Amino acid sequence: MRRGILIVIASAALVGGLLACGGDGSSGGGPVTLRWFIFNEPSGAPQKIAQRCSQQSGGRYEIKFEFLPSQADQQREQLVRRLGAEDSSLDLLGLDVVWTGEFANAGWIEPVPASTAKIVSDKVFSSVLETARFEDRLYTVPIWSNTQLLWYRKDLVPSAPKTWDEMIDMGEKIGRTKGRIQVQANRYEGLVVWVNQLIASAGTSVLSGPKTVKLDKAPTEKALGIIGRLSRSSVAAPNLTTSNEDSARLGFEAGNSAFQINYPFVYPSAKSNAPEIFKNMAAAQYPAVDDQHPVKPPIGGINLGVSAYSKHKAEAFAATECLVKPANQLEVATLGGLPPVREDLYDEPEIDKVYPTFAQQIRESIKNAAPRPSESPAYQDLSLAIQRAVHPTTQIDPKNLDPAYDKLRKNVEKAVKREGLL
Amino acid sequence: MGVPAVKKRGRGGPKQTSDRTKAERKLAFLLCAPAVFVMLLVTIYPILYAIVLSVQKVDLRFPEESGFVGLHNYKAVLTSPLWWQDVFNTTFVTVVSVAIELVLGMILALVMHRALFGRGLIRTAVLIPYGIVTVVAAFAWFFAFDPSSGFVNSLPFIADDKAWFGDRGSAFSVIIMTEIWKTTPFMALLLLAGLATIDEGLYEAAKVDGANAWQRFYRITLPLLKPALLVALLFRTLDAFRVFDSIFIMTRGSQDTESVSILGYNQLISRLNLGLGSAVSVLIFILVLAIAFVFVRGFGTATPGTQGEKR
Repeated sequence: MRRGILIVIASAALVGGLLACGGDGSSGGGPVTLRWFIFNEPSGAPQKIAQRCSQQSGGRYEIKFEFLPSQADQQREQLVRRLGAEDSSLDLLGLDVVWTGEFANAGWIEPVPASTAKIVSDKVFSSVLETARFEDRLYTVPIWSNTQLLWYRKDLVPSAPKTWDEMIDMGEKIGRTKGRIQVQANRYEGLVVWVNQLIASAGTSVLSGPKTVKLDKAPTEKALGIIGRLSRSSVAAPNLTTSNEDSARLGFEAGNSAFQINYPFVYPSAKSNAPEIFKNMAAAQYPAVDDQHPVKPPIGGINLGVSAYSKHKAEAFAATECLVKPANQLEVATLGGLPPVREDLYDEPEIDKVYPTFAQQIRESIKNAAPRPSESPAYQDLSLAIQRAVHPTTQIDPKNLDPAYDKLRKNVEKAVKREGLL
Repeated sequence: MGVPAVKKRGRGGPKQTSDRTKAERKLAFLLCAPAVFVMLLVTIYPILYAIVLSVQKVDLRFPEESGFVGLHNYKAVLTSPLWWQDVFNTTFVTVVSVAIELVLGMILALVMHRALFGRGLIRTAVLIPYGIVTVVAAFAWFFAFDPSSGFVNSLPFIADDKAWFGDRGSAFSVIIMTEIWKTTPFMALLLLAGLATIDEGLYEAAKVDGANAWQRFYRITLPLLKPALLVALLFRTLDAFRVFDSIFIMTRGSQDTESVSILGYNQLISRLNLGLGSAVSVLIFILVLAIAFVFVRGFGTATPGTQGEKR
């Protein structure tokens, strides 16, 4: 009995000692432990560059990983719960591009110091930097980007369609056994991406400031009309109202689709899962709404934030400078297939190996991209409001768009004011 | 180690001296006190805190904009069509799933009660679905009905590309089926326990008097099973009304299958609007209390512990 108690006391002392070491390494002389909260990127690229940066820091810091779930909204829920409780165990945060406004406004992340900001925004796409800013200040450090392209079958269509209407016409001509169009229209963030890109490509935007709704009627109805037309078309996927990135990929690989809108991960996936289809798979720019307005493709990716409750902010910002170095961005692209945020890296020969034939398409797409309305600190409300307004997309009648427009506008206005249930 | 023995003796002998009864009562209170204290701590405090939050404007994302707003949050919830839609959805899932569970549970209980061989094995086998974690069961059925991974669409008479979660009717059917599959065993076991208390002699006597099987069930089994049946119904209704896991996994509330718990989750966890979310939670709590009240007062359900006592 007494021995048991002794063991308990001894181990408690040991744990306490270890915690003391981890918590305040600077006074002990060893490297400071930086905890990086991010989803477990399957290629392991973040671990590799983190290890490299820890070594290069010369004993200043050591990056350790705390993995978040793979779904973006679940990542956010875990982060905000900890940050809401002012948890000091978070140092580096892997943030989705749409969370910057919310996290910055709540005071959960530290603005990037001017010296770091200068280094980490060098040669970065301006569309990417826009996702990292809140109220004209840089709050996060972009580490990798992402964008959607139009993937099509060369054996079914001679050339890629330029607009959505053209694409639906082409698909309907081929017929529903081979001409389906795969998009993301389940009630989740992916649907907001689709709606936002069409609205932006029609020449308007959801917001014109953090708290002001824009949504000009004619272009918004044009965007909604395309969504309604595709959703009611014979070439819409049968699982359209529950479709996401993965169901779109699987639908395309199954061989019944001529087109899919998706991120570049579908290319290596088709290569290993459906080699017959892969042979004829090609990439093109995201389709436009019409030929008068420039297309505004989606933008995704991860920005690094430094927690406002971290005890090692200086080291954390030093780590972000290292993690986004050109060589490390190339490493992430090579290992994980994730597009770099620096435009000059698209001139490197390695990039053509990662994205055979479509590296420049990705560059163009990110360059022209329009971010989602994440300048609003209530982005989550906006996102839920847009999802509720347009889902299921089959309810949008392309011949009578006023009800759909009114519903969207009403929902967005309520969300901006953060009123009522969503 | 001596405590259960003391209790047993106490229960066994009703004609004890009053001193002894008093001492035992005191001991009983002392033994219960820590549990009661912990229960108060972990239930009363959060409930009160939720009520306090529900009359305030609190949004974790906007820390500076907080303050007392009275019943404003309740007004916002109760005037929202979304709330009433979700109350309807939740009631629908509850009524349909509990009704079907009652019938299936009764059949299973009767079969288990009359089983001639392998009783232990049958009872264990029936319990398996109830032993599976709800989220795991929900995922299992989700993948079973998913057009790209599931086996359901390859069954005969079902379209290969049927999107089960793509419209309201089929999505609700799968959600309700999952609930029924998962909790029928619970219903069956409670009813089985009730059946075991019925004196076999009554059936013998009824048979002698010429009652047929249906009359024996309707005139003997059902009336004598009422206490157990109502307890089972009460527990399942309270449980079903808080349905969350299956809906969250399968549709996340889309196709108009949202329950009140999902609505609360969206306000609290996604929007971090603690004021509005707490108002939703308090309203759910009141609805659950109302259900319990109707069962206990309206139908005369005996709460556990008072079973058998005259009301």
